[in-house]
Amino acid sequence: MTAEILRAAFLIFKKDLRSELRTRYVINSLLMFVLVTISIIKFSLGDEKTGDEILTGLLWIVVFFTSSNGLARTFVKEEEKETSVALKLSTMPAAVIFGKLFFNLLLTFILNCFILILFILITDYRVINISGFLITFFLGNLGLVSASTIIAAIISKANSKGTLYPVLTFPVLLPLLMTVINATKLASLGVDTEKLGGEIQILISYTVVVTISALFLFRFVWED
Amino acid sequence: MNKAFKILVFILITFVIIAGIILPIPNIPALGDKARVLYFHVPMSWISVLAFFMSMWYSIRYLKTKSIDYDIKSFSSAQLGFLFCILATATGSLWAKFNWGSFWNWDPRQTSIFVLLMIYGAYFALRSAIDTPEQKAKLSSVYSIIAAVTVPFFVFIMPRIVESLHPDPIINTQGKINMDRNMLIVFLTSLAGFTLLFLWVLNIKVRQEKLFIKKQGV
Repeated sequence: MTAEILRAAFLIFKKDLRSELRTRYVINSLLMFVLVTISIIKFSLGDEKTGDEILTGLLWIVVFFTSSNGLARTFVKEEEKETSVALKLSTMPAAVIFGKLFFNLLLTFILNCFILILFILITDYRVINISGFLITFFLGNLGLVSASTIIAAIISKANSKGTLYPVLTFPVLLPLLMTVINATKLASLGVDTEKLGGEIQILISYTVVVTISALFLFRFVWED
Repeated sequence: MNKAFKILVFILITFVIIAGIILPIPNIPALGDKARVLYFHVPMSWISVLAFFMSMWYSIRYLKTKSIDYDIKSFSSAQLGFLFCILATATGSLWAKFNWGSFWNWDPRQTSIFVLLMIYGAYFALRSAIDTPEQKAKLSSVYSIIAAVTVPFFVFIMPRIVESLHPDPIINTQGKINMDRNMLIVFLTSLAGFTLLFLWVLNIKVRQEKLFIKKQGV
């Protein structure tokens, strides 16, 4: 049963990846979006000397809004092209949510690596404890995707999709964002990874709790 | 709701309002008479959280049974919870102005209630964006459960970010209630009175929503 679900999830992941690679619609527009936002940050800061505290916050603003532009697409796309009915017929809900989770994870990961590299190149953001930073950054991405995917599924059935998405995700993501911003800030200032243990625990438990509830609740969103 | 219940609620709340203002309270350092806000502020906050979790509970019931009655209950308690949440924010903020010197300073408690307001707001925004009643009930139920699942994290996160100036952790550091006896009586009466009031208004609200749906159906 589990193997079957994972296989179907992998097929959905492959389908999404292939359709994305054919058009490159999402990834191209998001990369441009990232470039534009980081440029705006650069020009609005000017020659101002900014510390790592502020820059970490700005980094996560870029991450939050990029993901809120990109991740909402996964389910909206199925509704717009009216392929969701075929998907509903051909496989079970658990496979769909897993497949979409994997795809969103890959998308977020590529985008956030791009954001991070560009951010370090353009602003004078310097991280002292690199391993601690990368661990918390990665865990933050996991949590972001887990909450975003189920909300993307909810949004796809509503009317004003684009504006509603950040409104709905923000209160749900806030515990995660506060923790991850704090953790990455501390890591960038050079705090040891051992001292970030509490934050890492919160990030992991958040991801697990939200993923499991998403798994349980997705059936109700997906089936008519 | 029978008459005795209504009269009881009336007596309880009248008692709280009069006793809360007139009865002398012991001098608490740095709070003084401003501590009286506790009779009104704490019940409001308690009800806004209670209503939030009641809304979640009815959402779970709705998803299990698909009976629209539970959706009405879930939605109505969310609406009332939102009202009490605004009242809690307002009373707390007024108190903060006179005790901390500013209406809003992002104390952890203020951040928590802000998040609660945001969740309620997002819930209503979602509901208004969906047309069919079944979809509306289903999707908002799912959202309310997802939101309720993430709320407990604040208990662990808040102390890590900033230290609170909120009186509760300062007054009773041992984690038990050591209030003056008179204060405790008024406080508990207030808690009971406002909770009963909430249940009463919720009952009216649910009946009104049911009538509204009936009228639309005809």
